[in-house]
Amino acid sequence: MTDRTMTLDDLRRILLEEAGAGEGADLDGDILDTDFGDLGYDSIALLETASRLNRDYEVEIDTAVEARTPRQLLDVVNAA
Amino acid sequence: MTRSVVVTGIGVVAPTGLGTEEFWSAARAGRDGIGPVGLFDAAGYPARLAGEVTGFEAADHLPGRLLPQTDRMTRLALVAADWALADAAVRPGEPPALGMGVSTAASAGGFEFGQRQLRNLWSEGPGHVSAYQSFAWFYAVNTGQISIRNGMKGPSGVVVSDGAGGLDAIAQARRRLRGDARLMLSGGVDGTICPWGWVAHLAGGRISTRDDPETAYLPFDPRAAGHVPGEGGAMLVLEERRAALERGAPRVYGEIAGYAATFDPAPGRGREPALRRAIEIALSDAGAAPDEVGVVFADAAAVPELDRAEADAITAVFGPGAVPVTAPKTATGRLLAGAGSLDVAAALLCMRDGVIPPTAKVRPAADYRLDLVTGRARPARVRAALVLARGAGGFNSALVLRSGAAEDDQRQEAR
Repeated sequence: MTDRTMTLDDLRRILLEEAGAGEGADLDGDILDTDFGDLGYDSIALLETASRLNRDYEVEIDTAVEARTPRQLLDVVNAA
Repeated sequence: MTRSVVVTGIGVVAPTGLGTEEFWSAARAGRDGIGPVGLFDAAGYPARLAGEVTGFEAADHLPGRLLPQTDRMTRLALVAADWALADAAVRPGEPPALGMGVSTAASAGGFEFGQRQLRNLWSEGPGHVSAYQSFAWFYAVNTGQISIRNGMKGPSGVVVSDGAGGLDAIAQARRRLRGDARLMLSGGVDGTICPWGWVAHLAGGRISTRDDPETAYLPFDPRAAGHVPGEGGAMLVLEERRAALERGAPRVYGEIAGYAATFDPAPGRGREPALRRAIEIALSDAGAAPDEVGVVFADAAAVPELDRAEADAITAVFGPGAVPVTAPKTATGRLLAGAGSLDVAAALLCMRDGVIPPTAKVRPAADYRLDLVTGRARPARVRAALVLARGAGGFNSALVLRSGAAEDDQRQEAR
């Protein structure tokens, strides 16, 4: 699955599958620049998500924790 | 003066019912919750029966956020904790977060979750192991998750003493309430009905390989041949009595009046098992004479020598046939660390309603010299109850409860 671009919808789906529905915010809304913490995802939820991204997109994200928002995470994956 | 610690809330998840009243009405009727294993395909294993919690949809009770990170037994524990807090009418933020703690018991942790991650590790590689494995398998996970979900940041911990843990955790909560804690959520909700858990049960050598739910788990019966494992348990809200009254707790189910834990001598020494001592010390701790106790909830191992040891301990303290004994767990299976806590819940309800639930399915052997309540529930005015629980390896625990009615009487006397 190399050369595949990850969209915001892909990320929404993966977040739901790996870390469940966040508490406190609606994933379907405009979340591109919302902090993951405000979406209800803590560092371990992001670690779990990063592990899935590494498998599906053949990237090597060490710490997704550094990406604070969906936009930043998409940039990291799509730049790899 | 030591502080009186009382139970003000109960939450039950059991193979015979979701919720306290559903469980309790099944227990009084002797309704059975044992059946073929449904959580995994057990056809190829020597033991094929279990007491499973049925009709439980975690997503109906818990936020989606918690589902990828929890084993089944943690989900059950979280829901039991929610129900116990609701029953006690505890409002968020009152008492303060640092005054509320969690004390649970576990026998193995989240085995089914752990098994899945080990399978991922060996079949797919380390990148496929869930980050949540870091805690989801762990013995203390129920305490942690309950603490986080309910903002309970006070003294918390986990007790691991196999089947005795369901009483030991409650005793630990009582200790905390005699210190700084204002309110404790305590108990055991346990279960390892998955292939990994199952082979561990089989290796323990105490489980029944019969296929008929009517005869698979028969403690104190001449046909006894081991037990059926089950899942579930109970969570209780415990408070110091005065604090409970001050905050306007809707009810007091009863008091945790006495407790003791002992450890058996090494096998082969010919010394008496330590259960009798546990009973005696617990009664002494409660300041109760044996004749105050109106019912004994037995550990009920259904292994003949263990049944013998328990019957001997009971008759040594109370006299032969001198106190009603029951083991409603014949209808649920043995719930590991959940068993003692569920029996505490049943004993409190027994005192509330004046009825002793029966030991379903059992026809007792006369030579145990026990007044075992079988067949139908028995009406009885019970002011104090003794709950026994043992764990493999030598754990013995005994807990004495006094009824909420007795508390009312004392309050009237004090006026």
